[in-house]
Amino acid sequence: MPIHEVSLIRPENLQTHEQLVVDGVDVSGHWSTFIQSRAITDYNEAMQDEIAALPGGENVHRCWQCGSCTNSCTVNAINPDFNPRYWIYLIRLGMESEILRDKEIIWQCVSCNKCTYACPRDVVPEGVMKALSHWMELKGHVPKSPSMVFDEVFSEQVFARGKIEEGRVMQRFFKRTGQDLRQPWLIEMVKRMLRHLPVTMLTKLGLATFVAPSTSGWSRARAAIEEYVHEQEHNRRRALGLDGLIEAARRDAGPAAAGEGARS
Amino acid sequence: MSGTREKYQKVAYYPGCALEGTAHSYNRSTQAVGKALGLDLVEVKNWNCCGAMEVKNVDPKLQTYLSSRVMSIAATEMKMDVVMAPCNGCYHNLKKAEYDLSHDPKSVEVVDRLSKKAGHATYRAGQVETIHALDWIKHGIGEEGLKERLRGTLKGLKVANYYGCMYTRPRHIFPEKDQGPGSESTSKPHYMDDLLAVAGAENVEFPLKTACCGGAHTLSDSDTSTKLVLNIIRAAEASGAEVIATECPTCHSGLEMHQVRAEKKFGQATRVKIVYFTQLLGMALGLSPKQVGIHENISDSLGFFKEKGIA
Repeated sequence: MPIHEVSLIRPENLQTHEQLVVDGVDVSGHWSTFIQSRAITDYNEAMQDEIAALPGGENVHRCWQCGSCTNSCTVNAINPDFNPRYWIYLIRLGMESEILRDKEIIWQCVSCNKCTYACPRDVVPEGVMKALSHWMELKGHVPKSPSMVFDEVFSEQVFARGKIEEGRVMQRFFKRTGQDLRQPWLIEMVKRMLRHLPVTMLTKLGLATFVAPSTSGWSRARAAIEEYVHEQEHNRRRALGLDGLIEAARRDAGPAAAGEGARS
Repeated sequence: MSGTREKYQKVAYYPGCALEGTAHSYNRSTQAVGKALGLDLVEVKNWNCCGAMEVKNVDPKLQTYLSSRVMSIAATEMKMDVVMAPCNGCYHNLKKAEYDLSHDPKSVEVVDRLSKKAGHATYRAGQVETIHALDWIKHGIGEEGLKERLRGTLKGLKVANYYGCMYTRPRHIFPEKDQGPGSESTSKPHYMDDLLAVAGAENVEFPLKTACCGGAHTLSDSDTSTKLVLNIIRAAEASGAEVIATECPTCHSGLEMHQVRAEKKFGQATRVKIVYFTQLLGMALGLSPKQVGIHENISDSLGFFKEKGIA
C-alpha cells in the first residue's frame, strides 16, 4: 500500500551529472537527475512479533492503514516526519532499516491519545509508539531518550517511596541528562513564584527536597514491584532474542558452564 | 440523578503528588470550594502515586497496580463508594485501572499478585466509582445549587476553558461520557464551561479545549512543549479570552512554565492569565484570592482580578 504522505524520492538518491551523454544523446543538467532504483532484502520478519511482545505493541497487527492516527497526531502537526501510520506499516513489513531512518524522533510521542481515540481498529498507536521506542533502545539502535530517562527517574522514586516530589525528580533528571539547572527561563519562573509565595509555603517546598514524601509501610510493595520489574525486563529481552547470545556462549563454553547455568 | 447527588456529598479525596507540590493552589482551592459548598472530602489514607504518565512507560501493569492500591484503600479500609481526583493524571489512571481490571484477566492476575505481596486487599473492579472534581461539583451540587450559594460573580470575565488530554481520551475508559444530554462529551467537554457560566463568566468559543500541552515531555522535549503551549495560549487570546481556566495540574503548570519559557527563550510574550477553575469558582463563592491560592500561581493574576472587581 502506498504511503502518500511519505516521498520515496530522497535527496541522497538523486544524482546530478554536469555532463552525461547516453547513446550519443546529451542528458546533462536538469535531465540527468533520476531516481536510483533500490532493492530491499534485509527484512526483519520477526519485527511485528517483537513489537507485539513489548507493552503497548500488542495490537499492531490489527492496523489496516486508514491513517487516522497520523491525521490526528499532535506531534505530526508540528513535524510532518513524525508519522505513526508509516511506522506501523514498516513494522508490519519488517523494514527495520527504513524505520531506523526516523530513530531520532520516534520517542517524541506526547501520549495525548488522540490516535487511540481516532483508531477504528483498536491498534492503540500511542502504545505502539512507546513499544517502538523501547525496541529501539533494547536493540541498541539509540541511547536512552531524554523521555525514557525522565520516566525512569520518576518511576524509581515511586517504586522506592510510593510518592514523588517534583523538585527532586527535576533535579535528578537534569543531573542524569547533564543539563544545567540554572537555565534562564527556569530562574525567571522561580522568580515569579517567589513574588507572592508566603514563607511557610516556601519552607515546605524547600523541605520536601530534603525530606522526601513517602507512603508509610511501603517496603513490601516496593519489594513486590522490584521483583516484577526484574521479571518483565527478562521477559522482554528474551522476546527480542537478546539473551540468545549469552545462551549460545554458554553452550559453546562446554558442559561445565552449561551446568552452572542450569543450576542458577 | 438524586442518588448520585447523595453519593457525592461525602467522597474519598485523592489529591495526588502534584497537588502537594507545584499545584498546591489547586489543592487549597478544591478544599475551600468543597467547604463553601458543604461537600465533605475525606483524604485517602496513606495514598501512593498513581503512576502519572511515566510509570506506564516502564510497565503499564505497574501503573494499574499503583492506581488499584489507592482504590483498594478507599473501598476496603475507608468503606467509601466514591473517589474524587482533581488531577487529570490521577483521574485518568484510576479510570484506566478500573477498565483494565474489568476487561483484562492478565491485569487482574498481576494486580492480585502484587497486592498480596504488598499486604493489602486486592481491588476488584466496581468497588468504587472514580470521579473528577468537575463531576463532583456538577453532580454533587448542580448548577441550581451552585447558583444559590454564589456570593460574587465572574461577570465580564472572558474565559477559555481548557480540559487537556487525559480527561477525555481514550474514550473507552470513560463509559459514562457521551451518553447524551447531561453527560460529559469527550469531543467537546462542557462541565467546566457550565459551572463557570453559572458563576457569571463569559466562556469564549475556544477550539483547543482538548488539545495537548505536551505535558509528558515538559522537561525532556521542552521545545515541543513550548510550541504546543504557545499554540494553546495564542488560540485562547485570539478567541478573546483574558483567562485560561484549567482543571489539571500538569496542564496548568505546563501552561505557566512554557508561557515563561516562550517569553524568555523565544521572545514570544503572551498576556493571558492561567488559573484553576476551582480558584475562579471559589472567588465567585465569596472566598478571598488568598483562600483560593491565587498568590501561589506563577501566572500573576492578583492585580488583574482586583481590577476586574472579582477579587
